[in-house]
Amino acid sequence: MTQQNTQPLKIGDREFSSRLFVGTGKFSSNVAMRDAAAASGSQLVTVALKRANLSGDSDPFANILDYLESDRYLILPNTSGAMNAEEAVRIARLAAAAGLPKWVKLEIHPDPNYLLPDPIETLAAAEILVKEGFTVLPYINADPVLALRLQDVGCATVMPLGAPIGSNRGIETRAQIEIIIEQARVPVVVDAGIGAPSHAAAAMEMGADAVLVNTAIAIAPDPAAMARAFAKATEAGREAYEIGLGAISSKAQASSPLTTFLNA
Amino acid sequence: MPTFSQKFQTLDLDRPLDVAATASSQTVERILAQGRARTLNDFAALLSPAAEAYLEPLCRLSQQITQKHFGKTMRMFAPLYLSNECVNVCKYCGFSRHNDIPRITLDLDTMEAEARILHKQGFRSILLVAGEHPKYVSNGYVEECVRRLSKFFPSIALELGPLESERYQPLVAAGCEALLVYQETYDEETYRALHTAGPKKHFHWRMDTPERAYDAGFRRLGIGALFGLHDWHKEALALASHAEHLLQVCWKAQLNVSMPRMRPAKGEFEQVEFLKDHHFVQLITALRIFLPHVGITLSTREPATLRDGLAPIGITTMSAGSSTEPGGYSSFDESTFQQTRKQEGEQFHIADERSPKEVAAVLARLGYEPVWKDFDQSLIQA
Repeated sequence: MTQQNTQPLKIGDREFSSRLFVGTGKFSSNVAMRDAAAASGSQLVTVALKRANLSGDSDPFANILDYLESDRYLILPNTSGAMNAEEAVRIARLAAAAGLPKWVKLEIHPDPNYLLPDPIETLAAAEILVKEGFTVLPYINADPVLALRLQDVGCATVMPLGAPIGSNRGIETRAQIEIIIEQARVPVVVDAGIGAPSHAAAAMEMGADAVLVNTAIAIAPDPAAMARAFAKATEAGREAYEIGLGAISSKAQASSPLTTFLNA
Repeated sequence: MPTFSQKFQTLDLDRPLDVAATASSQTVERILAQGRARTLNDFAALLSPAAEAYLEPLCRLSQQITQKHFGKTMRMFAPLYLSNECVNVCKYCGFSRHNDIPRITLDLDTMEAEARILHKQGFRSILLVAGEHPKYVSNGYVEECVRRLSKFFPSIALELGPLESERYQPLVAAGCEALLVYQETYDEETYRALHTAGPKKHFHWRMDTPERAYDAGFRRLGIGALFGLHDWHKEALALASHAEHLLQVCWKAQLNVSMPRMRPAKGEFEQVEFLKDHHFVQLITALRIFLPHVGITLSTREPATLRDGLAPIGITTMSAGSSTEPGGYSSFDESTFQQTRKQEGEQFHIADERSPKEVAAVLARLGYEPVWKDFDQSLIQA
């Protein structure tokens, strides 16, 4: 990776120089997943606990965690598979009990088809988990008021979706995410729907603090190479945001302004 | 809210059946360009003779949609037959009441020993299958089996004779995640002719089973039709309608669809029409393009070459190394994976006889991760 020219991102008590977070599902093999995570330069990877073995014994048939070096990444357990607050809270507690970081990507999607997050259950679970000392990163629809409510109960970030998981449709919720970013006191991570590096760059240019990408990397013909492409785009988008982009205007701006006489 | 069997009585399949017979290539091209079949009529068009000429692009689209939703992964499971005792008379089934086969119901220790064999092979998702018998397969027995298995199997599914919702609840409480029930045929007349005795003869009762199971708390539902009993267009259209209905009504459940084709079994049954391989492929791609999110299961009923070909174009769930006889797994030689005794009590004879390890290796070569564990009951239930 090239030298980072952007400010580090702080979530909870951790600092991240890479603003690209990656998922671990849908890969053609655990090796492909490991190589893509490495190539992404990411320092945060999220894992669905339902695929792991938490008993403490090594299980060659459920060993996804063995492919992720815990000194290289913050391993962010996610509650995928939970259909309500109670189940999500239970999953988070079991992950912590198994020795994983006391961080959780809170995902509650009772509809298994579009995997859209349940706002009511998410808020309820977030409240409980924050009180128990978890660093909570909730996956939400791009609902600004929900984002504020989650901040109020102490979530470390909010993670609004750009489009449904796996859809590759990009930032379809742009107008709502803009409001979330404007109002946020915690980092905003755009999660889901990011299907191309340009989408990641667009999210960063808007002022999102990070993006989370999974499907677009996992099912690419060369996941590691695609991970690198996303890393570059994420960094470029952030750099442009920090430098400050010119405003988009539908009118031409005269290059010889009419008010120069005022400075004479 | 009407149940599917209520809806089914007025469901008009004539129009889509006509589309399935007469759709033009322009219609097929339009659906391919849209990337999705949005209506039952569009689904029907993909089953048409005109669509046969587009099998390659249909497969490509199906693959693309499947990878987007399910990734480059294949969920693995194994069936465990608990009992072949059955009071039903189903003309096509090896377990049919009057068939002269050795009848076995596994005791709990034998059942656990069989399950341990599957666990050692890698399976973490198990499907318990049993015939329908009030004496041998009573509810308490299956519950006991589930309790034993839940100690080492994170995902347990059931395929049993239909029950009332209240009788499913203890099975869910014992740790079952999924319920599978196949309608066999959606043609009522054919159904009556094939199921002449036993509780299975109730066509509508069977049809509403997934909804009763959902009410009892199952998180995953499986439906299917046994192809070869009746006209495949009609079966496919009814099955797709059933899936559509369940996606709306049972919206929290993951839905899996299975399209087994008739295999040779004990009994005198002559199938109406064997679903040809290329029609089978057409059917799978059509279902995927119509219902992008449903899981599609492919069992060892199908031969190895076909399974390897279908794995990358729409299938999401596979069994491997299956035995369809209660107690059958202990008869395999562990190193050679050859059966050491003839399985007289099997439901049907499987076609893909490869070991789970071999199937997993082929999947890996095809660029797919065999996922043995994708659900964990202990994560959600104390």
